[in-house]
Amino acid sequence: MTMRTGSPVRTWTPLILGVVLVVVLAILPLLNLSIPGILPGPTYTPGSLALMSLCMVFAALALSYNLMLGTAGMLSFGHALYFGAGAYGLGIVLQAAQLPLVPGVFAALLGGIVIAVVTGAVAMRVNGIPFAMVTLAFAQAGSVLVRRNQAVTGGEEGLSLNTAGVPDWMVGVINTRNLYWVSLAVVVLVYLIVLWVDRSRLGHLAAAARENDLRVRVLGLHPARARLMVFVIAGLCASLAGIAYLLLQSGTQPSAVGADLTITVLVMVVLGGVGFRWGAILGGVLYTILDQRLTVLARADAIHQLPDILRVPLSEPLFILGVLFILVVMFLPGGIAGTVDSSLRRRRGGSASPGSGGVDEGAAGVAA
Amino acid sequence: MSTLVLTLIIGLGLGALYFLVASGLSLIYGLMGVLNFAHGAFLSLSAFVGWAVAQAIGADSWGGFLLSILVGAVVGAVFAALTELALIRPLYERHIEQVLVTVGLSFAAVALFDGIWGTDPITVRGPVWLSRTTAVLGASIPNKYWVLIIAAVVVLAGLVVFLRRTRYGMIIRAGVENRGMVTALGIDVRRSFTLVFAIGGAAAGIGGVLAMHAMTYVSAGLGGTLLIFAFIVTVVGGLGSLTGAAIASVLVAVLQQVANTYLGGTGDFIVVILLAVVLLVRPAGLMGKAA
Amino acid sequence: MSAAILQVRNLRASIAGQQVVEDVSFDVPATGITAVLGRNGAGKTSTLRGILGLIARRGEVLLDGERIDALRTHRIVQRGVGYVPEEREVFAGLTVAENLALAERQRDPRREFVAQLFPDLAARRDQRAGTLSGGQQQMVSVARALLNDNRLLLVDEPTKGLAPKIVTEVADALAEAATTVPILLVEQNLEVVRRLADQAIVIADGRVVHTGSASEILDDADLTRRLLGVSAEEHS
Repeated sequence: MTMRTGSPVRTWTPLILGVVLVVVLAILPLLNLSIPGILPGPTYTPGSLALMSLCMVFAALALSYNLMLGTAGMLSFGHALYFGAGAYGLGIVLQAAQLPLVPGVFAALLGGIVIAVVTGAVAMRVNGIPFAMVTLAFAQAGSVLVRRNQAVTGGEEGLSLNTAGVPDWMVGVINTRNLYWVSLAVVVLVYLIVLWVDRSRLGHLAAAARENDLRVRVLGLHPARARLMVFVIAGLCASLAGIAYLLLQSGTQPSAVGADLTITVLVMVVLGGVGFRWGAILGGVLYTILDQRLTVLARADAIHQLPDILRVPLSEPLFILGVLFILVVMFLPGGIAGTVDSSLRRRRGGSASPGSGGVDEGAAGVAA
Repeated sequence: MSTLVLTLIIGLGLGALYFLVASGLSLIYGLMGVLNFAHGAFLSLSAFVGWAVAQAIGADSWGGFLLSILVGAVVGAVFAALTELALIRPLYERHIEQVLVTVGLSFAAVALFDGIWGTDPITVRGPVWLSRTTAVLGASIPNKYWVLIIAAVVVLAGLVVFLRRTRYGMIIRAGVENRGMVTALGIDVRRSFTLVFAIGGAAAGIGGVLAMHAMTYVSAGLGGTLLIFAFIVTVVGGLGSLTGAAIASVLVAVLQQVANTYLGGTGDFIVVILLAVVLLVRPAGLMGKAA
Repeated sequence: MSAAILQVRNLRASIAGQQVVEDVSFDVPATGITAVLGRNGAGKTSTLRGILGLIARRGEVLLDGERIDALRTHRIVQRGVGYVPEEREVFAGLTVAENLALAERQRDPRREFVAQLFPDLAARRDQRAGTLSGGQQQMVSVARALLNDNRLLLVDEPTKGLAPKIVTEVADALAEAATTVPILLVEQNLEVVRRLADQAIVIADGRVVHTGSASEILDDADLTRRLLGVSAEEHS
C-alpha cells in the first residue's frame, strides 16, 4: 500500500465522492430518471429498482471475491458456496425454525462463517491451482447437497422465502424500494468491511504474502493464518450478499451455490479489474446489467435478421460475455479499473502500480 | 453378491470415463501448469459431432459407432490444439490468465453449443448390443461399461507407450519435472505444449463420445459435470502423474458407486470427503511429488 | 571483433520483480576457464541465468559478436551454449541414457568422449537418474553439456556438496573439456578455481567489483578476504 503523499484534496476526494455516490443512489428510487436501454423503466419503478438492487447484491459479492483474489491472491472457484450458505441458511432457518428475521440473519451468517472456516482450512493445505480445484469441489458438493435434500432445501425447484418471519415492509412488489435500500446498505457495509481489511495490518500481511510468501514467513509472521482470516471474512461478506439476495428474490435456487456462480463472479472481478475495489463494483454492476439486458437485446429484430452464423452466437448472452472475457484477459489484463488506473498513472508520470499489471502480477504468490 | 459385482464393475466403467477426461487434464497441468477449464467443452463438441457422424452412417451400426469415436478423438484434438495456439500460447507463463482464458472459452463454447443444438438433451442411440447386458457372477452388467473399460485401457496403454518410447514423450516427461531445464537443453517446449493439449483433447473427445452413449444423451452441459470429477481425480491422483490419474479414477468412481448403492445415494458427497481426506493427509496427491 | 566469446554489457536481471543483478559487464575470453567469484547471494547464479534468459533480463549480451539478449532460452542454447546448473537439475524420472539423449542436439553427438570421461555413467545407462548419488548426478549434468559442439559452457558450482574425491574427478573433466571449449565457471571452492581458472570476475551485490587473473586475486590474501569474505587457504 503506497502512502498517499500529496494534497489533502487527493486524500479526501475519494471519500467525498463515495459519500455523494451513496446519497445519490439512496435517493434514486424517489426520482423519475430514465436510462433507456439499460433500465426497463424510470428509476422509481419496481422493475428498475429490482435490477439495480440485484446489481448491488452482485457488486457486494464481487467485492468479497476481490478481497480474496486481489488482496490475498487466492484464486477460489468455490466462493458461491458462502453466498448460497447465506441465502439458503436464512431461508431454511426462517422456514424450519420459524425464527424472526434478525436472529435468522445471525444464524445464517454464523453458518456461513463455520463453513468458510472448515472448507478454508482444508483447502489451504494446497496452494495455487490445486487450491482452486479443491474449492471448486467443495462448491459442487454444496450444490449436490442442496439439490438432493428436497425436504429441507426445496431441491431443484429452489427454496421460497417464508414471509412469516420477515417484517411487512420487506415483502411484496410495492416494497421493492425498501429492498433496494437494504441492498444498498449491504453493499456499503461490505465495501466498508473490505476497505477496513485492506487498510489493516491483516490486509497488508495478506498482500505481502501474496507477493512473497517466503519473505513474510522468514520475518516470523504467519501468512497462512492471515489468509484464512481473509478467506473467512470474504466468505462472511458473501453470505451477507446471499442473505440480501434471498430477501430480494423472495427465494433462492441451487444455481446460487455451484461452480457456475463462482465463475460468474470471477468474470465480474476480472472484467472490473482485480485488486481494485471500485473495479469489483463496476464488474458486478456491468455483468448483471449485461446478463439481464442482453437477453432482451437478443430478441430484438435487428439480430433476428442476421444470417444464422451471426445470429446464433449473438443470441446467447453468455457467448458474448465469454468472448468479451477472453478479450479482456488477453488484451486488457488489468480489467477496466486496471486500464484506467494505468493510463491515469502514466499521465501523472508515475510507474505502474502492482495491481495494474494484470491478474498474474497481483496473484504472483498463487501460481505454483 | 450380484449387487456388489454390479456396483464394482459400474465403478470400473465410470472410472474408465473419468480417466479418459482426467488423463489430458493431468498431463496439461503437469507440463504446462495450466488448469484447462475448457476441457469440458472439448468433450461436448466431440460428442455432438460424433453423434452427427454416427447418425449419418447409421446410429445402430458398429461402423457408425466406431467412426464416431474416431471422429470424436480428432475433433477433440483439433479443438484443443487450436485453443492452445490461439489462447494459451500468447499468455506464456502467465498461468492465472491462462486458466481464466479457458474459463472464458468454456463459458462461450457452452453458450454457443446451446445456441446451435438447443438446451434440451438429445437422446442418443448406439449399436443395440450396448443397451443389452451381460451376466457376470449373477449380475447383469450393461455392456456400455465394457466399452468404456476397453477404451480407457487402450488409451492408457497408448499414452504409456508414447511417453516412454518417443522423443516427444521423453520431452514431456522431462518437462513435467522441470520445464526450465528442458529449454536450457535447447528444446522448444512450446511445441510439446500444443502436442499435450492435442493429446488431452483427443482423450477427452473419446471420453465425450462414450459418455454420451453411457448416459444415452448429449447436451452442451455434458462436459461440465464430468469436468468436476476429472478435477477431483487429478488432484487426488497427483497433478501431472498419469499413473496417479489412472489409480485415482478407479478409486473415486468405485467409491462413488459403492456409496450410491449402499449409503443411500451419497456418492457425490463421499467423493468430496475423499478429496478432503487426501488433501489433509497427502496434499500432493497419491502419486504427486511430495512437497 | 575481440577475442571474447561472450560480451556482457549492463546486464540487469530480476526474479519475480526482485532485482538480483544490478549492472554487470564483462568479457569472457574465447579460450580457457573464466571464474565468477563472490559471496553467497552476490548474484552469480542469476548472472548466468540472465545470460541464458531463464530469468527476466535487460542489457546486451553478445555471443561471438551476435546479440542473444532478446532470444528465448532454447534459441540461445541452440547457438552453442551449454549449461550445467547449480542444482544439477537432472530429470529424476528418466534414465541416465534418456537424460543424455534429451541433451543431444546434433547428428553426431560426442558419445565416446563423454563415455570415456565418465565411465561410471556408461555402466549405469538404464538407471533412473533420481537414484544416482550426488556426484553421479553431477556427472550427468556435466556430460549433458559436453555432448554437443558448444561454443561456450556456463557451469554453476559443479563441486558443491561433493566429496573431495568426486570434486577432483569433476575438476578433471572440466579441465579436459576446457581444451576444446571456453568455460564460464561459477565456483566457491577456491582450490578448484586456482587449479582451473585463468581469469576471474568478482561479483558483489549484483555488480562486477573486480576482474583480473585468477591467481593474482587468490594470491592477494587481503583482496580475497575483502571480496570473498574468506581467506584463500579456506575452501568452502
